[in-house]
Amino acid sequence: MAPILEIHVNGRLHRIQADPAKSLLAVLREDLDLTGAKYGCGEGQCGACTVLLDGRAVRSCITPVGSVGARPVLTIEGLASGDALHPLQQAFLDENAMQCGYCTPGMIMAALDLLQRAPAPAEDEVRRALQGNICRCGTYPRIVRAVLRAAGTATEAGNE
Amino acid sequence: MSEVNGRAGSVATDAAARIGGADSANERGSHGAVATHVIVPGVVDTLEPDRHELREAPRYRFSLSRRQFLGTVGAGVVVLVVVRDGLSLDEQEFGEAEALRASADPIGAWLHIGEDGAVTVFTGKVEVGQDIRTSLTQAVAEELDVPPSSITLIMGDTDRVPYDAGTFGSRSTPQMGTQLRRAAAAARATLLRLAADRWEVDDVAQLELAAGRVIHRASGRSAGIGELTGGRKLVETIAADQPLEPATRWTVAGTPLRKVKGPDIVTGRHRYASDMRLPGMLVGKVLRPPSFGARLASLDTSAAEAIPGVVVVRDGEFVGVAAPDEATANRALAALRAEWETTASHPSHRNVFEHLRRTASGSGNGRGGPGARGDIEAGLAAADERLEASYTAAYIAHVPLEPRAALAQWEGDKLTVWTGTQRPFGVRAELARAFRIGEERVRVIVPDTGSAYGGKHTGETAIEAARLAKAAGRPVRLVWTREEEFTWAYFRPAGIVDIRSGVRRDGTLTAWDFHNYNSGAAAIRTPYEVANARTVFHPADSPLRQGSYRALAATFNNFARETHMDELAARVGMDPLAFRLQNLRDARLRAVLEAAAERFGWGRWQPSPGRGIGLACGVEKGGYVATCAEVAVERSSGQVRVLRIVQAFECGAIVNPDGLRNQVEGALIMGLGGALWEAIEFEDGRILNPRLSQYRVPRFTDVPPIDVVLLDRKDLPSAGAGETPIIAVAPAIGNAIFHAAGVRLRSLPLVPYGLRAPGNP
Repeated sequence: MAPILEIHVNGRLHRIQADPAKSLLAVLREDLDLTGAKYGCGEGQCGACTVLLDGRAVRSCITPVGSVGARPVLTIEGLASGDALHPLQQAFLDENAMQCGYCTPGMIMAALDLLQRAPAPAEDEVRRALQGNICRCGTYPRIVRAVLRAAGTATEAGNE
Repeated sequence: MSEVNGRAGSVATDAAARIGGADSANERGSHGAVATHVIVPGVVDTLEPDRHELREAPRYRFSLSRRQFLGTVGAGVVVLVVVRDGLSLDEQEFGEAEALRASADPIGAWLHIGEDGAVTVFTGKVEVGQDIRTSLTQAVAEELDVPPSSITLIMGDTDRVPYDAGTFGSRSTPQMGTQLRRAAAAARATLLRLAADRWEVDDVAQLELAAGRVIHRASGRSAGIGELTGGRKLVETIAADQPLEPATRWTVAGTPLRKVKGPDIVTGRHRYASDMRLPGMLVGKVLRPPSFGARLASLDTSAAEAIPGVVVVRDGEFVGVAAPDEATANRALAALRAEWETTASHPSHRNVFEHLRRTASGSGNGRGGPGARGDIEAGLAAADERLEASYTAAYIAHVPLEPRAALAQWEGDKLTVWTGTQRPFGVRAELARAFRIGEERVRVIVPDTGSAYGGKHTGETAIEAARLAKAAGRPVRLVWTREEEFTWAYFRPAGIVDIRSGVRRDGTLTAWDFHNYNSGAAAIRTPYEVANARTVFHPADSPLRQGSYRALAATFNNFARETHMDELAARVGMDPLAFRLQNLRDARLRAVLEAAAERFGWGRWQPSPGRGIGLACGVEKGGYVATCAEVAVERSSGQVRVLRIVQAFECGAIVNPDGLRNQVEGALIMGLGGALWEAIEFEDGRILNPRLSQYRVPRFTDVPPIDVVLLDRKDLPSAGAGETPIIAVAPAIGNAIFHAAGVRLRSLPLVPYGLRAPGNP
């Protein structure tokens, strides 16, 4: 029998029965029914599975759940506060920074990691930070604008 | 970006290392085994309806009757759009006319206005990222004068929407958009008539409809649009010639509208087919042969079947497993002991062009072909300069970020499949054939899908999931791995174009002889004026499964043509823009060419060492596009960088300007990959680069500054825009590389390994 693991996701403690080698992505999607993080390649190349682990972006498809330990996991589902969208989510809407939307949760989580480290990034910094995330529909320029817009929003909010 | 060798790996691997640091325990489900597409007994082995844009009309079509449609909604106003007399040329060409006529109820779309004022629209189109859900919402909102938020679109559910051939060919906006406009306009007229009757107003013109209410200003009376039917169900059937609001008077359409499902997407709430689950659901996996054409010689399933909860299915050449979770399914798959007989030699990506030439049909010496005119040899004799050149294009993959996925559920002998496809009714037909049941017992539902680009026309994943579900007696979800998606889907065809041409010293084209081998006939005709022309498409034996792709062969045909035009301009010492304009009469194409050149500053560009500019234009599916590119070539390293792109696009009246811009930018960026690096490598029946670490698609830092110029022709009907903006990218870049470095590149991709040497190895 697979062991029981405790995992903190979006502020809640979950007890799951899972092989420690099972990917965090599979645990989120299968065990917790949190399907915002997506499978895109299974080798950490596309970024669709990006979540925050202890505040830093990781590719959940190549992160064994056994390596997570007590560190908190944040997924796209945990980003909004009730009905109030996070500034990044709002900025993606405002810039229409999506087409099929499959990459969007991973993009937003990767951008969140960037903005937490660099609250006012330059355009080039945004591009480099998101280089590991693929948008096959080609909405890259809009995503860059959305992240910059969110950074502006976040800065204003912080100044008040 | 610094690397020249352009394999996808380095950039992304850095990124992964930076953020991850996790080891390689992953859930790829890699089992190393691969196959030609599954051949389930009874399944017709041709799953490529878009091969060369030909399609076979279904023999039978089971469609909901009007009565069944009407039974699914409550009181209110219903408008059915009958398309019997509204068949477009496209539908006739695509072989749809026969089938539609044979159908008892040729309804294209319908809408319902409930007593609560909610508007529900039913259409067989599907949303795959092109945002047709939003622009169709906008079209209805416009005609009906209701807020877009009061409109719901039911899309791609074969039990609830009228038959539709599929979402492809840039036909949703010109055809479905128009049908829905007509339905909404008819509903609007009905509502005004109802209000006029109720308030005893003689002249309907005294009434107005705004923000979901009918208003009679003279008396101060008003009513919500849902209140007017008084519990009745009023059904109206209209033909497809209802007068429409002219584009010049649009207020909602023609203005930007945010993606209607955007909030569900940014919160992760939207469920793609690959996210769906049902109680008791199992996870499916399919055993793939080690190479294309390999046959199963023997199979031992005992070890797999010994794993608790595992169901193993063998049905002819189909072998698959279903298990309670992904890991167990992968374990079961790995436990299958299969022996395969591989087939004889198979062309590789290195010799595929000789293979295509050798197996091509049609010698090209006939007078056939679209737009054939004059006498080629006489035209060549009259030329001052003659040019013969060959161009090639590699197979490329769609790489939709959501791989193919299906969730299948049997309830008795009724099958329901949720799957991402561009052809819900086509997939329903495939399922009905595969399981030898009537189409009325199959329901296909398409949740808004994680992109397709022409790559999701077929139903193999749906069939596989349904086969496993049938054996397991429980719902089964099957999501292809990235490797499966790269290997067992289908590709944009590889091809060769041979061109012979002649031009006079004054820049007049005298001869144009154009032959496409295997890649297809889309946009094969030259838009340039030339007295002696021949255009021939030669089908050939493709070693890989091939099919539809955004803009089909238009991208390669346009690449060959526009590169060749550039070569001719150089031969006669003319500016590429002036040379094109001299041979071009089509006013719409001239307009985009001039608009792009103007915005780009074509005539004002200052030469600079290692830099060059190029342009290209083209017309396809009612859209007109022109692209200008500036590149920098570093001679020592061979590195090519695209510095900026200006693209002008015109597709008639613009419905959603921001949505259109998004499509044009997206097509252009997708086009960068096929232009510069993308190529499927294969050998001995195996795909050699079936991973994102081995196949380079455009990423953030690959995208140069892009300036899109949209020409809004409110006097012209709206055409689709998801495809044509991709067709001028590659030749514009290739021509710019020639301008910068003097090296003429005639193969797609242009610089998979950088610009190593003249002749582009």
